[in-house]
Amino acid sequence: MPEVPADGPATTRRPADPTRGGGPLAAVARFQSILIPVLALAVAFGIGAILIRAQGVNPTYAYTSLFQAAWFSSDGILRTLQKATPLILTGLAVAIPLRVGLFNIGAQGQLILGGLASAWVGYRFLDLPGIVLVPFAIAMGMAVGAFWSWIAGVLKAQRNVHEVISTIMLNSIAAGLVDYFIAGPFKEPGQILPRTPEIAEQAMLPDLGIVPVGFPLAVALAALVAWVFARTTLGFRFTTVGENPSAAGYAGMKLGRTITLAMLIAGALAGLGGAIETLGVTHRYESGFNAGLGFDGITIALLARGNPLGTIPAALLVGTLRAGASNLQFETGIQPEVVDMLLAITLLLVSIPILTKLLFRKSAQEPVSSPVSAPATGGLA
Amino acid sequence: MTAHSPATDGRGAALGAFVRANRVMLLIVGTFLVAAYVWYALDATKATSILRFAWTFSIPLVLGALTGVVGERSGIVNIGIEGQMLASAFAGFFTAAATGSVWIGLLAGMLTGLVMGAFLAWVAVKFQMDQIIAGVVLNIVATGVTSFYYVQGKSLPAAMPVFEIPLLSSIPLIGPVFFRGGIIAFFTLLAVAGLAYALFRTRWGLRTRAIGEYPTAADTAGIDVNRMRLVNTTLAGLLAGAAGVYLSMEQTSTFERGMSAGKGFLALAIMIFGAWFPGRALAAALFFGLTAGIASQLQADRVVAIPQQFVNLLPYVLTLVVLAVAAGRVRAPAAEGTPFVKGEGS
Repeated sequence: MPEVPADGPATTRRPADPTRGGGPLAAVARFQSILIPVLALAVAFGIGAILIRAQGVNPTYAYTSLFQAAWFSSDGILRTLQKATPLILTGLAVAIPLRVGLFNIGAQGQLILGGLASAWVGYRFLDLPGIVLVPFAIAMGMAVGAFWSWIAGVLKAQRNVHEVISTIMLNSIAAGLVDYFIAGPFKEPGQILPRTPEIAEQAMLPDLGIVPVGFPLAVALAALVAWVFARTTLGFRFTTVGENPSAAGYAGMKLGRTITLAMLIAGALAGLGGAIETLGVTHRYESGFNAGLGFDGITIALLARGNPLGTIPAALLVGTLRAGASNLQFETGIQPEVVDMLLAITLLLVSIPILTKLLFRKSAQEPVSSPVSAPATGGLA
Repeated sequence: MTAHSPATDGRGAALGAFVRANRVMLLIVGTFLVAAYVWYALDATKATSILRFAWTFSIPLVLGALTGVVGERSGIVNIGIEGQMLASAFAGFFTAAATGSVWIGLLAGMLTGLVMGAFLAWVAVKFQMDQIIAGVVLNIVATGVTSFYYVQGKSLPAAMPVFEIPLLSSIPLIGPVFFRGGIIAFFTLLAVAGLAYALFRTRWGLRTRAIGEYPTAADTAGIDVNRMRLVNTTLAGLLAGAAGVYLSMEQTSTFERGMSAGKGFLALAIMIFGAWFPGRALAAALFFGLTAGIASQLQADRVVAIPQQFVNLLPYVLTLVVLAVAAGRVRAPAAEGTPFVKGEGS
């Protein structure tokens, strides 16, 4: 979109742009990327209210108790932010490959392996001082996560194996490996539960009052990714490869290397999410921890429409729902899986251009495109 | 492609052409049969049980792969098979438990697959939505809905009946495995044969392949590309639905959260490994099943000391290896994943 020169005359001629000027509809169109997710959320909560009512619970009461648990106490806020932290990172782990046209479903596997690796460092090197141990554990988590996504990246770049299938397989393999390690070599001695020993005290990440220390880090990383996308050569390369691979190829960009790099960064971020979860929240790795943190990353990236900064509010939203869900069950008996369903409905409405179409039917001159810039990869093999 | 030129010079020539075109396949099948019967002669119980394991393992994968074959041959990529299976398993099981009839459950499950297929086709054709994203969203929705409405402690009113084909079921080894089983097991065999015939010997098949390879040409020939894509992908949902019902009602008789466990994606890998041919997909699935069966048998017999978790991972690792090897060798339908807009073709 052409910028209006700041000091130019008001009559500067601009190319006709349907989203500029005009009536209220045009104003709506301008904020489409914010409006659509918000609207989708509202509709999803409306449908959710009907479903909650069908279970014999007052939906207002249910939603209130959910949000109260998440935001109305310092414990609640801490928990919400703790949930949101890895979610921002897994959201980025999906959003970055989306930019180059890859759909990374593998954040889950990358995250749990990263979490396990940092737990291992945390309990294995008890004698190291915190200043060494924390970076070491985090680096290990990121490295393992990056390695895991690198496999998918290389398979895509070298053998053209579709990343959706390979990352799903890698998720299953990661889950199996983790099960093996926490029940075998990494198991806490004398424990019945499959889990690792607790990490060293100096390895634990502190909370700054009601803000876990990982949260500002995750926010900063989201901002960094946004800056890289918008202002750097690397970001330009990513966008070009995603939008038009053949043009990127003619321009001399190395397609395979770009794809692999995007996956590598994504895996490192997901691994970081796992490491922060282990070092800051669970303090060890046990089975069932972080169930679905990686999968929520898909929801978050799509809610944010692939925008790195958008992952922050999206992750806060999902974090709120996740943090409040257990209280919801405690107070009303509604299963916490209601959150999965609310998110699923939201996602459906965000990603399918129905809402866009309803809103902009009259003004739309061209066919409404998919909300997320679609991976230009086409088919499967 | 297989030899399906008209056999002008008699059946012998057609057979010869078939043999030439399928040399590798026939060799593999032949070797496999010889090996299987040698093993059967050595240890009848073990050989039968491994083959049965392989077949029960294969059934949902084959049905899922066929769903993918129909979709992609007509140009629509279906990543949502996993979700279709899960939702159908859920719908089949709980409908059967609620109504007291496994048949109504079966119907409900298959219809669930159909509806989800229709949804995918609809957003792909009408809104030209990215098909990969649509499929993934479908999976997430299926997971969300089935885990929210899941209730414990329900059971099927009755077990699914087991049928036996007289005569054929008394063939050693193969008989009791393939010709004795539930209704979906037989349906799978019929679906493979039926689709292999329909895709390469009927007008529907020719048109389906045309709209997946070169929709513009098909359109010029007067075929309604988008309507056919809608219908095909929708109907293919019945197959994914049957796969789901198989999981919760025939293979086991219970529904668990997330019970499809990646089978929808394994099915896609098998579809690619089988180069989008129904028969080869069946062979590929059996290969997966046999590998998994033999590995767990070896582990149970303590022949090799590998942890159980690693044995369970074998199908997933195998998928990656197979895709890495096969992806460069097979060719997908040219127009898959690309929306067709009249007058914009190349």
